[in-house]
Amino acid sequence: MIHQYKLNGYNIVIDTYSGAVHVVDDLAYDMIALFEEKSEAQIHAAMAEQHPEISEADIQETYNAIRKLKEDKQLFTEDSFKDLSFNLKKRKTYLKALCLNVAHTCNLTCDYCFASQGKYHGERALMSEEVGKRAIDFLIENSGFHRNLDVDFFGGEPLMNWKVVKKIVAYARGKEAASKKNFRFTLTTNGLLLNDEVIDFLNKEMHNVVLSLDGRKEVHDRLRKTINGKGSYDYIVPKFQKFVQKRGDKEYYIRGTYTHNNVDFTNDIFHMADLGFDRLSMEPVITDPKEPYALTNEDLPEIYHQYEILAKEMLRRNAEGNGFIFYHYMLNLSEGPCIQKRISGCGSGTEYLAVTPTGELFPCHQFVGDASSSLGNVWDGLKNTELQEQFKESNCYSKPECQDCWAKLYCSGGCPANSYHVTGSINGNYPFSCDVFRKRIECAMMIKVAESMHELEKSDQVVQ
Amino acid sequence: MRRIISLNTLDLRETAKHGGHGECQTSCQSACKTSCGVANQDCAAPAER
Repeated sequence: MIHQYKLNGYNIVIDTYSGAVHVVDDLAYDMIALFEEKSEAQIHAAMAEQHPEISEADIQETYNAIRKLKEDKQLFTEDSFKDLSFNLKKRKTYLKALCLNVAHTCNLTCDYCFASQGKYHGERALMSEEVGKRAIDFLIENSGFHRNLDVDFFGGEPLMNWKVVKKIVAYARGKEAASKKNFRFTLTTNGLLLNDEVIDFLNKEMHNVVLSLDGRKEVHDRLRKTINGKGSYDYIVPKFQKFVQKRGDKEYYIRGTYTHNNVDFTNDIFHMADLGFDRLSMEPVITDPKEPYALTNEDLPEIYHQYEILAKEMLRRNAEGNGFIFYHYMLNLSEGPCIQKRISGCGSGTEYLAVTPTGELFPCHQFVGDASSSLGNVWDGLKNTELQEQFKESNCYSKPECQDCWAKLYCSGGCPANSYHVTGSINGNYPFSCDVFRKRIECAMMIKVAESMHELEKSDQVVQ
Repeated sequence: MRRIISLNTLDLRETAKHGGHGECQTSCQSACKTSCGVANQDCAAPAER
């Protein structure tokens, strides 16, 4: 399977099952489109008609080059991963990550919060030190061969349970040597409770910190309000700037959500960059379609346009030396994820679980509060093995709609929680999300192509 | 004139032989939380390839 498209002056061809990416001229682009459908003679005739300025010898040479790529399994590569996909379903999985919902409460009342203002449709609650420590032990006990273990402090607003966060980190660090595990902590915060002590601790202990900001003041304040109904932008932006200034080279993301209210969301991303932030993420809102701020299919053409604007502007700013990272445009083509990772995806329900303040286990943070998705608890372990098996068997090869999608090895079949909330099944299909995802990959790949071509021009070495 | 330029990419079929060690970051732990993207992650042990 291949995907070919034109963007920003580049003709790009992606070979799904090898991962190869080719940049081609118009002749090769048109020829590749016909290659599997027509005979060699028919292709020659069609190219001679479409490209009368090109010699027969050049057409033959290009045809031979495409055929060679196919022989080398760099183009039109057959799917050889179906058996691997089947084996992955049968494999023994071990836990490697926990999302600790340390606070089912929040000091903001964001309209679009999937966690129902932190309460997850239940009572307000804070995780106790005892539950947190037991969760760490549960993770170690069930982590098998995994050495690196990820723990995310999430909520609600995790800094509303700050003392327990610190105690859990200290407890886990104390367990690292004896258990031969390495903990990587992440914390997601709205920033209201950031102060010098918190900043210094986070910069010392957190592998990654996610700071929630939606962009321009009017956009951010419209939906991210304090309990008094005031916008939170003016409170948090100076704190975020201070945090990032002290963060050094360590990982962080300014993460926003865009909605129907700001389909021109690139202006919010550029606003973040202009505030001095250089690691950015912006995601489409996931919400009930009845909400006035819900994104619609009618928004899609503008959303596509915005992602193209973003990619081109990132290239421009990079060239000027004031570039930034956009999370969904990060692609590591030469040292990226293996095929096992690309098929098995986020690991929700198997390698990755969420823990509530009371110690209840769910497949991920987005299933918390859905009683039918409860998997067990950190004391008694996983009890709902039938549901866990469903997650284990769900990947891009188990979803019928993914079979003909060129992007399936970039998204692993998409977010199971989104599928579940839209269709009622983790193997369902959420077309809007797929459309947005494919566009993001097209733009991300265009950036990689542009960077590669720029490097090539500099080195004047062409590799085929 | 060069009509086809191939980028330097990892061959996914090759990764099937040595991949799956599971030391990479869990995708939702980074800046995601509401979608699933795995292709933008790094392998935690490229030297093993």
